[in-house]
Amino acid sequence: MTAEAQVVADGAASRDAGLIARVLTGERELFHELIRPYEKSVYLAAYAILQNQQDAEDAAQEAVLKALKNLGNFRAESKFSTWLISIAINEARARLRHARVLKFELVDQPAKDDDDTFVPALIRDWREVPSQALERKELRELLQSAIAGLPEIYREVLLLRDVEEMNIADTSAALGVSEGVVKTRLLRARLMLQKVLAPQLGSKRSKGGLFGLFRSKAGGSWF
Amino acid sequence: MVLDCQHVWDQISNYIEGEVPEELRAAIDEHLAHCRHCAAVLDSTRNILYLIADDRTFELPAGYSARLHARLQQEIAAG
Repeated sequence: MTAEAQVVADGAASRDAGLIARVLTGERELFHELIRPYEKSVYLAAYAILQNQQDAEDAAQEAVLKALKNLGNFRAESKFSTWLISIAINEARARLRHARVLKFELVDQPAKDDDDTFVPALIRDWREVPSQALERKELRELLQSAIAGLPEIYREVLLLRDVEEMNIADTSAALGVSEGVVKTRLLRARLMLQKVLAPQLGSKRSKGGLFGLFRSKAGGSWF
Repeated sequence: MVLDCQHVWDQISNYIEGEVPEELRAAIDEHLAHCRHCAAVLDSTRNILYLIADDRTFELPAGYSARLHARLQQEIAAG
């Protein structure tokens, strides 16, 4: 963590600690302010598991209510945000298990971390897709569906670390796995995403379709 | 230290995190300078991570925050 990031993190921790103390001594309305910076993370953590907007929103609401109810059990050795997100993850996992039982499906074993050698997409070149391309719904949907296609254990870690930009230690605490496991899953998740996305982004551009406007100034060949 | 492509891919995530020891980083940099394919894999992975971290990639459902706080307020009011 950079010195600047550390200052921001310390500031958030002391803000949270102050608000928590006041909520616990009766100023319950302040819970709104306490969770406000983390409400997107709570939703995304639930979405990573449930893959459905309505279910993720329901789980996020329930997680926030549980956090209010159990705030007295929060221990300051972890960050409030990590604690809150871990409640959302547990809530989403419980709902997923329940949904599977309702559908009379066998409860799936979670995908195992495998050690198979992984080969990234074979591409000869890569040109930058500028961030303004995200104004295009097609690109957002392409990214979302590539992430949705990852097995759950990889999707969770990628959403928390690379979308929400939580650090490795917090991702590990929120998911209840070691930092080593987070790093291993992160490598797999990132390479899987690269394998799926790099050729798609490339081929779409090479045909002058979706990314046609990002042609090389030099007019060079694409892929 | 001489690395083949597979070694580089195995370390690509730690490399992006800035979490490889100095000697290994130098070896990876040396490999990347001569291997267009690995350099493209690194660039594309970095670029994808940059795009998915953008707030526009995953937007909240419209009205999510208002509904969340309304529900929370009910709970707070109920004591």
